[in-house]
Amino acid sequence: MSVDIEKRRFDTLVIGAGGGGLRAALQLAQDDAAVAVVSKVFPTRSHTVAAQGGMNAALANVVPDNWHWHMYDTVKGSDYLGDQDAIEYMCRAASRLVIELEHFGVPFSRLENGKIYQRPFGGQSQDFGGDQASRTCAAADRTGHAILHALYQQNIRAKTHFFDEYFAIDLLKDDEGYVQGALVISIETGEPLIIEAKTTLLATGGAGQLYRTNTNARINTGDGMGMALRAGIPLQDMEFVQFHPTGIAGKGMLITEGARGEGCYLINKDGERFMERYAPHAKDLASRDVVSRAIATEVREGRGCGPDGNYVLLKLEHLGADVIHKRLPGIHSMVKTFLHIDAVEEPIPVFPTCHYSMGGIPTNRYGQVVVPELQGAEEPVPGLYAVGECACVSVHGANRLGGNSLLDIVVFGRAAGNHIIEFLRESRYHRALNNDSVDRALARLARWDKKGGGETVDGLRSELQRTMEEYCGVFRTEDIMQEGVNKVLALEKRLADVTLSDHSKVFNTARIEALELENLMEVAVAAVISALARKESRGAHSRIDYPQRDDERWLKHTLFIKEGKQLDYKPVRMKPISVESFPPKERVY
Amino acid sequence: MVSMRFSIYRYDPDKDSQPYMKDYEIDGLETDMMLLDALKMIKAQDESLSFRHSCGEGVCGSDAVNINGSNGLACITPLSSLKTPVEVRPLPGQPVIRDLVVDMSQFYKQYRAVKPYLVVKDPMPEVEFRQSPEEREELDGLYECILCGCCSTACPSFWWNPDKFLGPAALLQACRFLSDSRDQATEERLDDLEDAYKLFRCHTIMNCAQVCPKGLNPTEAIGKIKQKMTKQLI
Repeated sequence: MSVDIEKRRFDTLVIGAGGGGLRAALQLAQDDAAVAVVSKVFPTRSHTVAAQGGMNAALANVVPDNWHWHMYDTVKGSDYLGDQDAIEYMCRAASRLVIELEHFGVPFSRLENGKIYQRPFGGQSQDFGGDQASRTCAAADRTGHAILHALYQQNIRAKTHFFDEYFAIDLLKDDEGYVQGALVISIETGEPLIIEAKTTLLATGGAGQLYRTNTNARINTGDGMGMALRAGIPLQDMEFVQFHPTGIAGKGMLITEGARGEGCYLINKDGERFMERYAPHAKDLASRDVVSRAIATEVREGRGCGPDGNYVLLKLEHLGADVIHKRLPGIHSMVKTFLHIDAVEEPIPVFPTCHYSMGGIPTNRYGQVVVPELQGAEEPVPGLYAVGECACVSVHGANRLGGNSLLDIVVFGRAAGNHIIEFLRESRYHRALNNDSVDRALARLARWDKKGGGETVDGLRSELQRTMEEYCGVFRTEDIMQEGVNKVLALEKRLADVTLSDHSKVFNTARIEALELENLMEVAVAAVISALARKESRGAHSRIDYPQRDDERWLKHTLFIKEGKQLDYKPVRMKPISVESFPPKERVY
Repeated sequence: MVSMRFSIYRYDPDKDSQPYMKDYEIDGLETDMMLLDALKMIKAQDESLSFRHSCGEGVCGSDAVNINGSNGLACITPLSSLKTPVEVRPLPGQPVIRDLVVDMSQFYKQYRAVKPYLVVKDPMPEVEFRQSPEEREELDGLYECILCGCCSTACPSFWWNPDKFLGPAALLQACRFLSDSRDQATEERLDDLEDAYKLFRCHTIMNCAQVCPKGLNPTEAIGKIKQKMTKQLI
């Protein structure tokens, strides 16, 4: 049946139009490669748009700084699980790439001398653990919006070819393992389309919709991760899910860490600035995992605020109206809209909220997807790349520093673009398309034509989100996670009985949500199984029954393989490119 | 917990010969919910209702719809602010693809037409361009646009000449780049807008500023462009 489907041919297919996909596409378009960007939403609706606080680079515009200190903070923040070659590469590239973004038109906030404004953020230090650094380049509290729009605008200028509101079903792969593009559908018409490409880049973002309360957009459903798993590629470190300390309590919207960077702090019901107990030096600007655990502990031990004692307060009134309007205008208007609170006068109720997936599709620092070859060294999957939150390069290890995700997407988006350009020079022709893989992708689509009153997508998704929240949250234990695994596997089975009542072809969002739920389910299985196996506490993976980090047994990356739901492990790359390694040591803030 | 009535525009070209309004009575609404929460609850009951939405907090611009006759984002429109039955229709003046989903191609085309990107002709320095805080402030009220389309689709001039009049959203972008101290294409940008329709079909009706969910003022931006033009002539 695959022969009747329309085909388009490009050098490169980019799936996802957030910052990572757009930065890569720009690199390629400027090199005259034929590049197609497929996005399930219009590009500026991608979730990069919601990033608030900023992007790290050691510009030293405010206080002395250098990339090596940034590297140290990132390695420490990762709880030593980050790959140090990739981290060195990212931190070295940071300054140049921020300046490049500024040249692209990003309206960064400015210092009196006209340079880019930089604010303090969590987990940052000068001189390898010394005084607080001021490293996060910001456009007020709308940095992601500013960067995403500028990157889209530059792509308009470069005449990148966009397939807006097309949804990728699955990767196409031949028998020798070459990835050849993807089967996609037009959401508007419901018609499938084959996009053949010599190289395919996954830049599909995270999977925050795994959890009921999250800071993420509805679209963050782990689509690229699901596609990778179905193509036989493992997912790496999926047990590491970041809970942002300051989501609006009960609702989930993000209050940027930049608020604490500007001088806000957290208090419990006694009005105590409790972070002083958990992180005497960095206080409210400790790493996110540390602050989230502190908040959860305060609430568990009965020092939470409000009638149910289930949140803490973020105090910002002392900043004054001027700073709030100038540096945090988005936050000011958001809490007004959602909480009817004037941030100039009242504190904001906050609680840790699912925010970011440190794990993802394993790649090297060129963005190439890599898989273990028969217990041996890693080999790139020919023609396949991944960048950004869907990937695990791994610069964030077990805990990402605030301000490092916008950096991650532009650094590795560009790096992948450059590597693809090299790859294209050596690959002059498209390989013959494998029709079996097209048929498999079509079967995935056809499955949703099934009629009959089974369970609903909405019902099963809600149950999955509640299950993940309850059984795989901030604090974890063996018993609870084992129950979580059983429950998620049961939900996975029930997915087969879910049917749609709407079979219209035209802009059928119910069908898209069903396909998204399949991806979410794949990712949920990977996350709970990976989490149950890791018997230590490291970064965001915090076990009450194994409270210590265990470098002897667990300084290694997890790999989850869909077939047989197996786990494998691979070593952390402790060797940087040019500097000395940062060996693991006790992590205090 | 409250219950509310909604009247929603429905049209699926796959099966409906013409559009119609469908009523829903929704129970179990919380008083602090937004319209988007209600639309999601309707979809949980009737999954055939199609509408765009994503971030849920007013920054991605996906869920612009016409609410009781006025354009806005469903995710930041409190239910408590709405008269019942709440009438929800697609953005006016645009071809309807299905239900609340409109075809925004014309809107995006006009956005692209103003060359919405920074143009620098000098060689690029290895450091950032210097821009004073005051110069940067010129961009406030312009760069925050989320391209939701509320303004242009509320503009009678845009309804009448969507192919010739650029519309408030695109003109706001034009002003954003004209106001950027780093941009070096002022003359070309102004020349491009010198035409009976592109800019000058704005009759300062100000629907755009009234509906903008981000509190921006495209009419004012259009006025600024006209001033710059006059300056250039002198």
